[in-house]
Amino acid sequence: MYRFSILSLARNALRYHQDWPRLWRSPEPKPAYDVVIVGGGGHGLATAYYLAKEHGIANVAVLEKGWLGGGNTGRNTTIVRSNYLWDESAAIYEHALKLWEGLSAELNFNVMLSQRGVLNLAHNQGDVRESIRRVHANRLNGVDAEWLDTAAVKAFCPILDVSPTARYPVLGATLQRRAGVARHDAVAWGYARAADDRGVDIIQNCEVTGFDIESGCVSGVRTTRGDIRAGKVAIVAAGHNSVLAAMAGVRLPLQSHPLQALVSEPVKPVLDCVVMSNAVHVYVSQSDKGELVMGAGIDAFNSYAQRGSFPIIEHQMAALLELFPSFSRLRMMRSWGGIVDVCPDASPIVGKLPVQGLYLNGGWGTGGFKATPGSGHVFAHTIARDEPHPLAAPFALDRFTSGALIDEHGAAAVAH
Amino acid sequence: MLLIACPYCGPRDEVEFHYGGQAHVARPTNAEALSDAEWADYLFLRDNPKGPFRERWVHTAGCRRWFNMLRDTATHRIIAIYKVGEPPP
Repeated sequence: MYRFSILSLARNALRYHQDWPRLWRSPEPKPAYDVVIVGGGGHGLATAYYLAKEHGIANVAVLEKGWLGGGNTGRNTTIVRSNYLWDESAAIYEHALKLWEGLSAELNFNVMLSQRGVLNLAHNQGDVRESIRRVHANRLNGVDAEWLDTAAVKAFCPILDVSPTARYPVLGATLQRRAGVARHDAVAWGYARAADDRGVDIIQNCEVTGFDIESGCVSGVRTTRGDIRAGKVAIVAAGHNSVLAAMAGVRLPLQSHPLQALVSEPVKPVLDCVVMSNAVHVYVSQSDKGELVMGAGIDAFNSYAQRGSFPIIEHQMAALLELFPSFSRLRMMRSWGGIVDVCPDASPIVGKLPVQGLYLNGGWGTGGFKATPGSGHVFAHTIARDEPHPLAAPFALDRFTSGALIDEHGAAAVAH
Repeated sequence: MLLIACPYCGPRDEVEFHYGGQAHVARPTNAEALSDAEWADYLFLRDNPKGPFRERWVHTAGCRRWFNMLRDTATHRIIAIYKVGEPPP
């Protein structure tokens, strides 16, 4: 693999940046693979990378119907954190955050992780009690967490309006200092490049149209670029997981919704942390380009259209101005939507499906980006050994029958 | 952005409505006799098609009555709206 370094940068600068190599090959699909991963977003590419690196399974194809990272990986608000309430969630998201912390060095690709701190605001006494409870739960699980009172919140984020006359006054906030943002596209590109280097075939513009299933056991996939035999097949298709699972005759407890985000025009640095608020419902950070990046809740109706309704954005802007009145003159530049697959308990499904050799990593809903490295890591283990990784075991599909739900609705402090 | 023709009030803006998920999901009458898997099926499993979908809406800021809609989830096109109790198109 071509190593990126200060020397390679200097060398290419002298050649006017004409000779940078391609990050990954673009091979024709082979007739058969040990593992076929359906979905070339961050989670699918990370799964392929860890399959090759940790389990020695490099005869892997990642099939992507569009282009790499063109789905939710390239559409999220890039927030990375692990301050979840329940033990199972804290464990898997903290596992991911620890991988994030070494990811740029591991992939030799700058994913621009910026641990600038994430504030989750509390606006009423109920919020305060829930937030402090979550701080304690996080600390018991080894996740860094602090409770800040109003003055400390103002000191940490001076531009925030904390005046007691605000309609929803800021009574305090939780702070995870190790949380922050990362460059979303770079995560897909970095994993793709590293997986490709280990022999994984990344095949774009290749849509899966069906599965070959013989006596309850998957044996291959049908695609727009021909049939491909496979020992194991992993579905990692985010909003389209239900559609793919239905091709294999499996019903999933998922509903697909649009989740919208938008950015403002670029301005000078004004916000050096991430601010999230559940009660007024917006989350915002400032990108390195200077744009404010914002998101909030899903559109309530089911959709696959990658766009939502304007009132959702209007509500988001109202929330933003409630917290930051000084942003009122900012113009918004772009808005877009991604399709998120939401579980009834707002936790993911990672594990085996009722068809032998078929696996699912989905249901990450509105908060999958932050989990990308951890999700791929535990899912690769689950596929390679045909048994769930200990951190993935609680997220098995059968929890909806057993009743052992991991109810992160609200418990996660904000709609992720 | 949807313009929804409430069967009682006529066309109104989407913000006047609330969404109720998949329509025509009947609560089992023999709940105590169901297995865990059958109960989970009723409780948690809903269709999630890419294409026409029968769903419930309520006109919260209007007549506050529930009705059904057939809508394409890939295009947001509203194909049909019909009252509760009427046969689905």
